[in-house]
Amino acid sequence: MSLRQDEDLTTLHQDGETPYELVIGLEVHVELKTESKVFCPCATTFGAPPNSQVCPVCLGLPGAVPVLNEGAVNQAIKAALALNCRIAPRLTFDRKNYFYPDLPKGYQISQYGLPVGSGGSITIEGPDGPKVIRINRAHLEEDTGKSIHDAVAGGSLLDFNRAGVPLLEIVSEPDIRSPEEAREYLTNLRDILAYAGVSDVRMEEGSLRVDTNVSVRPRGSDSMNPPTEVKNLNSFRSVVRALQYEGRRQWELLQRGEALTRETRHWDENAQVTVPSRAKDEAEGYRYLPEPDMPPYIITRERLEALKAQLPEPPQARRRRYMEELGLSAYDAGVLTAEKALADYFEECARLLGDAKTVANWVSTEILAYLGANNLTVDQLAVGPKELAHLLTMVKEGTLSGTMAKEVLADMLASGRTAEEVVEAKGLRQISDEGELAAIIRQVVEENPGPVADYKAGKEKALGALVGQVMRLTRGQANPQLANRLLREHLNS
Amino acid sequence: MAGDIMTARETAAAVRAGQASAVEITKAALDRIGALDKDLGAFLAVDEAGALAAAEAVDQKVAAGEDPGPLAGVPVAVKDNLSTKGLATTAGSNILKGYIPPYDATAVARLRAAGAVIVGKTNMDEMGMGATTVNSAFQATKNPWDLDRVPGGSSGGSAAAVAARLVPLSLGSDTGGSVRQPAAMCGITGLRPTYGRVSRYGLLALAGSMDTVGLLALDARDCALALQVVAGPDDRDASAEAEPVGDWAGMAGEAGPKGLDGLRIGLPRQLFQEPVDPAVKAAVREALDQLAGMGAQVEECDLPALTYSLGVYYVLVSAEASSTMSRYDGVRFGLRLGDQQGVAALYEQSRGAGLGPEVKRRILLGTHLLSGDQYESYYMQALRLRRVIKEELEQALSRYDLLAAPAAPTTAFPFDSWRAGTRAMYRGDFVALPASLAGIPALSIPCGFVEGMPVGLQLMGRAYGEETLLRAALAYQEAFDHHRRLPPVNAAGAGAPTAGTAGDGGSHGGGEGQ
Repeated sequence: MSLRQDEDLTTLHQDGETPYELVIGLEVHVELKTESKVFCPCATTFGAPPNSQVCPVCLGLPGAVPVLNEGAVNQAIKAALALNCRIAPRLTFDRKNYFYPDLPKGYQISQYGLPVGSGGSITIEGPDGPKVIRINRAHLEEDTGKSIHDAVAGGSLLDFNRAGVPLLEIVSEPDIRSPEEAREYLTNLRDILAYAGVSDVRMEEGSLRVDTNVSVRPRGSDSMNPPTEVKNLNSFRSVVRALQYEGRRQWELLQRGEALTRETRHWDENAQVTVPSRAKDEAEGYRYLPEPDMPPYIITRERLEALKAQLPEPPQARRRRYMEELGLSAYDAGVLTAEKALADYFEECARLLGDAKTVANWVSTEILAYLGANNLTVDQLAVGPKELAHLLTMVKEGTLSGTMAKEVLADMLASGRTAEEVVEAKGLRQISDEGELAAIIRQVVEENPGPVADYKAGKEKALGALVGQVMRLTRGQANPQLANRLLREHLNS
Repeated sequence: MAGDIMTARETAAAVRAGQASAVEITKAALDRIGALDKDLGAFLAVDEAGALAAAEAVDQKVAAGEDPGPLAGVPVAVKDNLSTKGLATTAGSNILKGYIPPYDATAVARLRAAGAVIVGKTNMDEMGMGATTVNSAFQATKNPWDLDRVPGGSSGGSAAAVAARLVPLSLGSDTGGSVRQPAAMCGITGLRPTYGRVSRYGLLALAGSMDTVGLLALDARDCALALQVVAGPDDRDASAEAEPVGDWAGMAGEAGPKGLDGLRIGLPRQLFQEPVDPAVKAAVREALDQLAGMGAQVEECDLPALTYSLGVYYVLVSAEASSTMSRYDGVRFGLRLGDQQGVAALYEQSRGAGLGPEVKRRILLGTHLLSGDQYESYYMQALRLRRVIKEELEQALSRYDLLAAPAAPTTAFPFDSWRAGTRAMYRGDFVALPASLAGIPALSIPCGFVEGMPVGLQLMGRAYGEETLLRAALAYQEAFDHHRRLPPVNAAGAGAPTAGTAGDGGSHGGGEGQ
């Protein structure tokens, strides 16, 4: 069967419009952020020259045996904790046997019997409010190398730099009911792991990979059909598209009375369709075998507690706190907590200034706009929380107007200079000295008899024109509130 | 006397004291290998240049007044399943033809650091699968006591090299008896340490849950000295535990006869039954009577679970090996065939031509045992029984200090009779398997002769109880001299030196019909 290419698949599944619903489970692999590989001391730097980060262990040379890396264990436990999992009291590993040239040993060391984390959950915003998506397991395993098929004629090349990089495979229960929920789950998962500092979660670098299991059933039914596993999903958008496509495809099969079969399919990004995978069916199984080369690895209660203490506040809790304790709007709280570095930046600045709302305004507008326009990350900002707080203090104290401060900040962000340096260079200091302003006010009153007369005749609006003149003569440096008061006093006297 | 084959400790002492040159000792060993090994076939590779360079370095250290190490100048042979940097390592298999490892096994590195001189790599049953050293892809090794007989295996090359006094010390590996059984058949002393005592890093795995690096030497004293060098934790092997290493070198140097007063030795009846040859059984029982005469309390006991050892072992070893052998795929090292015809052809042709029949048999068996329902009914069941066997042995070793049994059910058999069938060959391993499954240390010492062929007494001890084990063996070897008897190959070899360590050069009657 095939779908017409020109159909807009995104409109097919508005909630309540389709007679069917999807049953979706997601398998997400994330590369854990560690200095070295999971079973050897090799480095894990992304993008290093091919086969420059390898040793007898990750090349699977005869006689090499794996030794579990403590750092990878810590990251795996932190990730599992952040996903509300129970942590296994000891880590055991199993061999998953299959042949592939980029799998050096002919088996992948993984966790089959006892995953490091089990029974977790992520709460997403569903159509009817918060919804819990259960996580079946999170297990630690090693990545494979990379096959490069098109680089040389008549053969393939192998790069084993990635072989042995620690992966955490996070398997959800089939609790997801729509492509939109799948996207919501993935976004939450990505934010949680980024927050916990356990992974770069960059889909484009392969540090986050998604496979889906999806089946359809009549809406409201609790029947289960055999799921399709869809692979080769390169973005969250591909995930949504592929799920939408699969739902439609499977439902049409069912409508025609054809049986659904468990199969693996491949998402074709160009054609926007799934196609049967050429990979051989693994019906013979992986012949899992307890890894005989490593004794069980005990995780002490003390270690678990220490790792718990290292975990940052999760994004959802932080959002709630910003609204309840700092009085921010849901929108601002959401924007500020989207990324841990930004939230940390905001909180530090708010603490120094003692005024969260002001900082929230500046960060969610000026700073975010600057980051977006220049495609930068928070840690690349030339203006730290301390410098921003200092600038905002000058506004609070009346040394700078809001408009002037925006100009100063723009300069600071671009040049890396301090607020003082910019103000000094631009001669931007606000005139808040009454004596200095009084002379200017006398001049304005003398030179503008018309508006003065209007004001005295009761036209309150004329005062604005006079303040404008004060600002013009001071090149915007007069404190407008002060100018306003002094003018009023002068004219009323 | 120049050219004499001394023990490892005598050699090291002479070199350390500046009384002998490591280069001269190495040359003598190389000459002897050159003269005798064409008949024996113990070595797959002899590294003359590397050995002389290492010996030269030792002599320079001595000359400079630096400590050359406890095994200074001792020629050592290494079983070919231990990774040696820059020196071909084949594990007796065609699939590793041309493979030159870029790294040293930890045990090898520790030997080198202790001043030992690695002279070459020894023959073995392919990947350690076998008990005859006939299952090598390259050559058969012959028994120095009778060139028509097998040396045992799989460390048959290492055992024959020591027995023929080509070297005083060699490294072997013992998964299911591969050090103890050839040591017994070649009339030397072989130690399988506790699982975890010596790092497995660089040992080409057969079954990682049971593999150990073992020692083959002229006597228990040399085993003790060498054990201290290779033992101890290693951050490259998680199973190498942080158990303290004893002063076994000191023990090796202690003089005088030892008593065995109060030592309790249990004899599991199950390990003296069929198919143990009655004459072998008699020789072992006689040795045990002698130990009793030295003060040990020897009594029989029943350990019924041991009768399951054979089945449990072959299920586990085949299952593990079927997975472990997957890395031999022709992709990254060793033999590569069919690589222009796609990945499937590369695998099929490289593995098809590179792996021998016994390796294939165990891969097939292990693959089957891990598939579908067999996983539960065979593999998991074997794991449970392994635990039962381990507990039964541990319990017995709370009542006894040591357990004793034959190290092999027969003496070395003739080449033309070994193909009695795979199952019969597997059965021959049964006396060695309990210690393998339980991970406890065990050794084999020469304890007599049957029709001119040596018999080995096996002693098993508590986990990390090598000291008790070695002390008992040492006491026996102080009192009896079976281990000093020289095989006839010494008398026959052209121009070969003949002196034994204690001047007991008389070869024993029977079977020396070369």
